[in-house]
Amino acid sequence: MSVFCEVPQAAPVAVFKLTQDFNNDPFLKKVNLGVGAYRTDEGQPWVLPVVKKVEKIIVHDDRLNHEYLPILGLPEFRSAASKIALGDDSPAILENRVGAVQCLGGTGALKMGAEFLRRFYNGNNNTKTPVYVSAPTWENHNAVFANAGFEDVRPYKYWDAEKRGLDLAGFLGDLESCPEHSIFVLHACAHNPTGTDPTQEQWELIAEVMMRRKLFVFFDSAYQGFASGSLEKDAWAVRYFVSMGFEMFCAQSFSKNFGLYNERVGNLTVVARDADNLKRVLSQMEKIVRTTWSNPPAQGARIVATTLNSPELFIEWKDNVKTMADRVLLMREQLKAKLQALGTPGTWDHITEQIGMFSFTGLNPKQVEYMVKEKHIYLMASGRINMCGLTTKNIDYVAESIHEAVTTVQ
Amino acid sequence: HEDLRSSMFPDLVGMHYSWWGGVQMGPPDPILGVTEAFKRDTNPKKMNLGVGAYRDDQGKPFVLSCVRKAEALIAAKQLDKEYLPIGGLGEFTKACAQLALGADNEVLKSGRSITVQTISGTGSLRIGANFLSRFHGGPRDVYLPKPSWGNHTPIFRDAGMQLKAYRYYDPSTCGFDFKGALDDISKIPEQSVILLHACAHNPTGVDPKPEQWKEIADLVKKRNLLVFFDMAYQGFASGDIDRDAWSVRYFIEQGHNIVLSQSFAKNMGLYGERVGGFTVVCNDADEAKRVESQLKILIRPIYSNPPMNGARIATTILNTPDLRSLWLEEVHGMANRIIKMREQLVAGLKKEGSTHNWQHVIDQIGMFCFTGLKPEQVERLTKEFSVYMTKDGRISMAGVSSGNVGYLAHGIHAVTK
Repeated sequence: MSVFCEVPQAAPVAVFKLTQDFNNDPFLKKVNLGVGAYRTDEGQPWVLPVVKKVEKIIVHDDRLNHEYLPILGLPEFRSAASKIALGDDSPAILENRVGAVQCLGGTGALKMGAEFLRRFYNGNNNTKTPVYVSAPTWENHNAVFANAGFEDVRPYKYWDAEKRGLDLAGFLGDLESCPEHSIFVLHACAHNPTGTDPTQEQWELIAEVMMRRKLFVFFDSAYQGFASGSLEKDAWAVRYFVSMGFEMFCAQSFSKNFGLYNERVGNLTVVARDADNLKRVLSQMEKIVRTTWSNPPAQGARIVATTLNSPELFIEWKDNVKTMADRVLLMREQLKAKLQALGTPGTWDHITEQIGMFSFTGLNPKQVEYMVKEKHIYLMASGRINMCGLTTKNIDYVAESIHEAVTTVQ
Repeated sequence: HEDLRSSMFPDLVGMHYSWWGGVQMGPPDPILGVTEAFKRDTNPKKMNLGVGAYRDDQGKPFVLSCVRKAEALIAAKQLDKEYLPIGGLGEFTKACAQLALGADNEVLKSGRSITVQTISGTGSLRIGANFLSRFHGGPRDVYLPKPSWGNHTPIFRDAGMQLKAYRYYDPSTCGFDFKGALDDISKIPEQSVILLHACAHNPTGVDPKPEQWKEIADLVKKRNLLVFFDMAYQGFASGDIDRDAWSVRYFIEQGHNIVLSQSFAKNMGLYGERVGGFTVVCNDADEAKRVESQLKILIRPIYSNPPMNGARIATTILNTPDLRSLWLEEVHGMANRIIKMREQLVAGLKKEGSTHNWQHVIDQIGMFCFTGLKPEQVERLTKEFSVYMTKDGRISMAGVSSGNVGYLAHGIHAVTK
């Protein structure tokens, strides 16, 4: 009799199942518009030239070894990463009230922040404190907070399917009516999956309500630099909230903007009221880290730290990031142009108005099924496509297929 | 900006100062805290016998040659950095399971086990604890040997399990309390979880002998307990990877469907790369598939998928014949140096004129030695001789070298005579 004979089969994680199905498909013209990783115009993964350069430096440096990092991670990584988010000249950094925890990717940073908030945010048991995530949001947000012990993870209005844009009134309405002290997960830029970000004026309105209603700001920043091509532009919302005086968390991922997906490079930036509060927060973060992974992996953090802390390498990195962002922007322009040329019903402005890796096409589940089954074009059931999956060679096929789906499938 | 805020939003004046006002300063981690105190000490003769990381005879971190060679091979391949699957690098998990169980193990041949790549030993224990917490129908209690690695308790507790203990270390002999262990184990409620250190027990260095393992296996089966093996030192204990995995393989042979945590931190010196595995031995391949699917559900909301670098290195070593041979040699070398230091420490103590029985220093195995020193003696050793170790009298033998073993013997004798 096995102790595990009752264990049920769990459903596979959708986005990975999609890639698996794509890989198993023998159709020659197949296209993968699923998982969020950058692809070149040849449809290949891209190891950033600056990363290759830095890896060579690291492998030849005999002074380096594989010893444990400190619990909170590589110090030169943590400080450089926080500076990227907040700006070199951030008053909060100058006031010594910014700290960080190196984590396993953006997921790990969200996890650490969630675990900390559950224990310490508003009293010492926040299992009932509502956590708000956007409707829709990255599918793992729900699970991260639920698994950290939050029993009440709720959606806040965000995407307006009819007008294919931000439901600002709904968003502000939820901010006004939610319980005080609720926690809000905000996408710093390049909202996943909709690609729709608030404008600066809209962020100012959001911040005002959050400050007034004492709501906790938890930014998820997975695409800094990748969205517009500019680090500063993509960090505007995060920096604005810091300047407004919020105590907040910002979960940073270097998976996309450094192309370091599998090295799990993330950073939880903590902005506290003062150095003393910060110190105590970090000491408790250490305890949480210790029972989860003890200390984080070295390789990816070393690559990022070396790059960010070297003036020449930093410039080269920004250039690599802009290369990626520019290709995505080009694909957006071309897809919209082709759909307009085909006369595909509907408006397609949202394709170039949306930003970052993803686009919420507006295709309904039946149309998505058509794309996958009949055209071998793999995208999420939500209609989300990864713009990086488009190339100059497949964009015609994709545009034509979207046209077919929209005109023949209701 | 305080002024900006109060002028723009006048009703905020009087708002709470900080969310974190009530957050207490966390206690320093006892093990890693030792290293931090050591770093601050300016005594040139200071010794760090705290954290269990191997040092060569010059007291320096040791990057294995097989690791450097593997890194060069990997660099030449120009691999991409795409996400690994949630359960990790397939070649790694296969090699990892084979290393623990033996390549020709029936369990592997039948496909009735699942191994996922984890964030070293800690990550493996945590995933295991989470898995048990969610799916184990038996009692919430995990029985640890007394004493055990300090981090075991908070890991299981954070995962929602409760901790109990069985007798293990006998302070009067500095050896294994076999009778006490059997006595306590015989009373553990059925279906409880029992954690066993596969080899090189941390912190005591005291391992059961094979005949004793056999009796324990028998008793555990009678009590119908779920066995959780923690194997962080395979190869590092005796120098022989098969010998060190003997207990794990024996239990499986005897029909225990164990769960197993492995770490490659010490035996491959890959500490900071966080390389580990978690294995569940199931009844059949179907059950293994179901368990695998649930492990992925547990992993995804913690860190999505594991880091590549260390797993790639470990796999290259395990699967490249001459690197594997080189590794076996190097791990043997590390184990031998430790054994030599044990012998030299005892010889040194005798030379100092100590009349205590220090045989346990030689009998104990692996990275750690439970000296038998009491907390007051440890404190003196640290204050007067700048020898840093944990309060329980545990020393990391890896921190001992031919250059400082005499000084250590002198210090220990001074505080125990």
